[in-house]
Amino acid sequence: MIAANLPALQVVLPLFGAVLCAFLQRGILAWGVALIVSLAMPFIAAGLLIQVLDSGTISYALGGWKPPIGIEYRVDVVNAFILLLVSLIGAIIMPYAKASVEKEIPADRQAWFYAIYLLCLCGLLGMAITGDAFNIFVFMEVSSLAAYALIAMGRDRRALLAAYQYLIMGTIGATFYVIGVGLLYSMTGTLNLADMASRLGGIENSRAVLAAMAFLTVGISLKLALFPLHVWLPNAYAYAPSVATVFLAATATKVAVYLLLRYFFTVLGTVFAHKSLPIAEIVLILSLAAMFGASIVAIFQDDVKRMLAYSSVGQIGYITLGIAITNLAGLTGGIVHLFNHALIKGSLFMAIGAVFYQIGSVKLDDVAGLGKRMPITMGAFAIAGLSIIGAPGTVGFISKWYLVLGAFEKGWWWLAFLIVASSLISVVYIGRIIEVVWFRPVSAAAKRAKEPPLSMLVPTLLLVAATIYFGFDTTATAGIAGLAAELLLAGIR
Amino acid sequence: MIASMPFPPALVLILAGLLLPFARGNLRSVLLLGAPLVTLWLVWTVPDGAVWSFQFLGYQITPLEGDALSRLFASIFAIMAFGGGLFALNQDNTIELAAAFFYAGSAVGVSLSGDLISVFVYWEFMAVGSTIVIWSGGLLAQKAGMRYAAIHLLGGVLLMAGVAGEIAQTGSTTFEAMTLNSFPRYLILAGFIINAGAPPLSAWLPDAYPEASWSGMVFLSAFTTKTAVYVLIRGFPGEEILIFIGVYMIFYGIIYAILENDMRRILAYSIVNQVGFMVTGIGIGTVMTLNGAAAHAFTHIIYKALLLMSAGSVFYMTGKRKCTDLGGLFRTMPITATCGIIGALSISSFPLTSGFISKSLISQGAADEHLMLIWMLLAAASAGVFLHAGIKFPWFVFFQKDSGMRPKEPPWNMRAAMIFFSFLCIALGVYPDPLYAILPFEVDYVPYTTSHVVFQLQLLLFSGLAFFLLLGQLKRTLTITLDFDWFYRGIGKVLASEFDLKGAKVWAVFAERIYRTVRRFTQEIYRHHGPQGILARTWPTGSMAFWTTLLLGAYLIAYYL
Repeated sequence: MIAANLPALQVVLPLFGAVLCAFLQRGILAWGVALIVSLAMPFIAAGLLIQVLDSGTISYALGGWKPPIGIEYRVDVVNAFILLLVSLIGAIIMPYAKASVEKEIPADRQAWFYAIYLLCLCGLLGMAITGDAFNIFVFMEVSSLAAYALIAMGRDRRALLAAYQYLIMGTIGATFYVIGVGLLYSMTGTLNLADMASRLGGIENSRAVLAAMAFLTVGISLKLALFPLHVWLPNAYAYAPSVATVFLAATATKVAVYLLLRYFFTVLGTVFAHKSLPIAEIVLILSLAAMFGASIVAIFQDDVKRMLAYSSVGQIGYITLGIAITNLAGLTGGIVHLFNHALIKGSLFMAIGAVFYQIGSVKLDDVAGLGKRMPITMGAFAIAGLSIIGAPGTVGFISKWYLVLGAFEKGWWWLAFLIVASSLISVVYIGRIIEVVWFRPVSAAAKRAKEPPLSMLVPTLLLVAATIYFGFDTTATAGIAGLAAELLLAGIR
Repeated sequence: MIASMPFPPALVLILAGLLLPFARGNLRSVLLLGAPLVTLWLVWTVPDGAVWSFQFLGYQITPLEGDALSRLFASIFAIMAFGGGLFALNQDNTIELAAAFFYAGSAVGVSLSGDLISVFVYWEFMAVGSTIVIWSGGLLAQKAGMRYAAIHLLGGVLLMAGVAGEIAQTGSTTFEAMTLNSFPRYLILAGFIINAGAPPLSAWLPDAYPEASWSGMVFLSAFTTKTAVYVLIRGFPGEEILIFIGVYMIFYGIIYAILENDMRRILAYSIVNQVGFMVTGIGIGTVMTLNGAAAHAFTHIIYKALLLMSAGSVFYMTGKRKCTDLGGLFRTMPITATCGIIGALSISSFPLTSGFISKSLISQGAADEHLMLIWMLLAAASAGVFLHAGIKFPWFVFFQKDSGMRPKEPPWNMRAAMIFFSFLCIALGVYPDPLYAILPFEVDYVPYTTSHVVFQLQLLLFSGLAFFLLLGQLKRTLTITLDFDWFYRGIGKVLASEFDLKGAKVWAVFAERIYRTVRRFTQEIYRHHGPQGILARTWPTGSMAFWTTLLLGAYLIAYYL
């Protein structure tokens, strides 16, 4: 019984949890609820993934209304993988959140923080799981509104402006998305994604479909912060509370990438594959611009969180590059990097969140010499940093390896070279921090710093350990990503 | 895995490196001295052929594979780690030693790797370890360390692109001799020779190494360039372009070393010079010269480490590096001076020292191939080596004028390390058979023939004579108290005219122009990407929305067209 209703539970549990948190009003109780819900999520997601791997795509008719009339939750390898990623990150953040939230959020708002956090989680999982175009929009709004509120809770007054800008940009993105869906609905008469895909045959060259494609691409690109639509992201990440930054950086953009994959390959596969349309080429150019442009900006940042935010924009470029390469190895690389980057950025932001917890600042001058005061945290940061560079033995290497292979298979030598060359830029920005943290005299701000409480340290170390573990054992990550890539590529044949 | 599989030697040093930061007192000393010896023992338990092999991402990975060449390099790396560990026992900065052992272990790993992916992985480990060793040199070393890291990661990037391409093309990961006939192979070669200190990027070596601490540079001198020699011997034997690269490196090293005043930079340039001999040997590619390159790498690691230990001891006791500040130290540092002289004689290939029995394999190989020009250049370069490293270093540091300093001998462990390496230099010079026996190919060569010894002695004596003649001439100018720094530039100019170095001036102008262009380029980047640049500042919300609309328009146009 439970096994059959897993898709609904995946979304409903956090929703009820959020309501419960809002009623409880006490920070510590709300945290308890959020912890239980978050810890349950990965089990549900893992259950779904196992079902999918065993017996193929799951179709779950919500409320008993048969698709395509009713809303369908449709889980295949691609979104099962995303669901697992989002819920794993959600689960690992919660133990970490307690100390950090107590420090950064006023006591009377802590319960609200957890309520909004669970709403955001619910929205993200809903976007990933549903097979209905309009339902995606609803969940997109749920998660986005929650995200704006989360960011606005940051202590820094600039958080408010950042949240406002994100609100405006996010709303534009969502509007574009819904316009795109509306155009597709007018052409096909259905909102069910699978149904839509089958009805698009023969009309893929009509103006309305092409316009829909453009609106969807720009709308979703805004959400996933594809260069040059990333400008909302650095401030949002830099000034949000640490927990919110970790969560959003590791999950929100990833779910948006999933939407892009879904539309490009499953729904509009025939349009995407059409020879005369330069979609892949445009994505390629924008990805490269992100990999180089945003990463170079990261070099010159003197706020570590903002630097990591720009690095995120650059890393998203690698993920979308996998889409642009459009062959098995390349797409596998893109999808596996989606997972790997969530692990890496999660660990980096967690380590920096611990620094903020201890010294109340993440300015480059203030973190100088911190390696002597917080060796474990900064050691974790260094390892995750090596991973983002793509050092062998870490997950970053696996992603880049597949991308390079994909480029070679396509015969694009220059691209393979650019991929590895761009990692040099990350060497500079990560190296700069490592050098400041380990080889400079201890700054005044860092004088009295010590390691954070275990509740923060252990989740950080777990995530860092995962970046090493999945660098060696790739059957779970690259294996499933490979299956997902195969499934997606079947859509454009 | 089989039960009888030997434990991978590389991992012993790497694990020791990872444990070192937590070790104190005796345990630290045991790790520093014991781990290299265990590694050395394990190297000789590795049989021929693939020992440890598994599948990863669908490729055959062989991190442990033995043959004569691999064991030769792995052994000397282990011996070097032992000597370096002994020398650095009193180095308080444990992070440096930990990084150095990690670095040494990765070098052993490269030399025992059977496939390209393992080579690449260990290669990157080396870059990380060595960068930390340089950074441990203190505040002044930070920028140099960053430049060093950038160059080496560039090398890593070329190598990774090359390895991926090679595997995509051939489907095989095996690391074996390749002919230069495809783009990925050029990339692999480029990645390799960057680490060897080849042009046009040779400058990373004398830029970064001397900034390391007194003990750090001893480690640095041994591993990076010599693993590059190893991978070139295995991957590109007989590749003709290497002859030219090698000869260039030989003369680059000599000329800059003669112009230099800092004793540790002199020795850094001479690393490039010595590796040049090896690269030339690999380029010629006969059994004789490949043996020579391998043997020369072996002996070079020992005598260069010895020279740097001697220089490091002086630096450690006096805190000075410039030749102009030093001099006359033989009075109070006789052991350091003697060991330095033995190292200097070895690097000059003086008969009865290790350099003589290894370098002669290369020049003999060139003669056998009737490469007259190369042979003459090598002979001329031998004289040049004697000038810059053989005489200049010991003369200006230990003799010449009296600097007035009376430093004591360094601590016992540093002396012991120097004496141990001096012993090896002489022992191999007198009795080369054990070294010849472990070379990759059978050796059919006797170094001590009358004509060879006489030729070498004449060469050395005449270049020594030239040094002192020039010195005498310049000493007169010294009496009218010219700036002492000019003195070296002076000698340089005299020699430069001899080598007809007008080209160098052209080069300097050219380099200056490139430097300016790069500077302009970085300023331009900073303008756009710096904190106040268009890409980094916070945009007004309105212009964000405007750009979104613009992009939508662009998409629509692109799709409709």
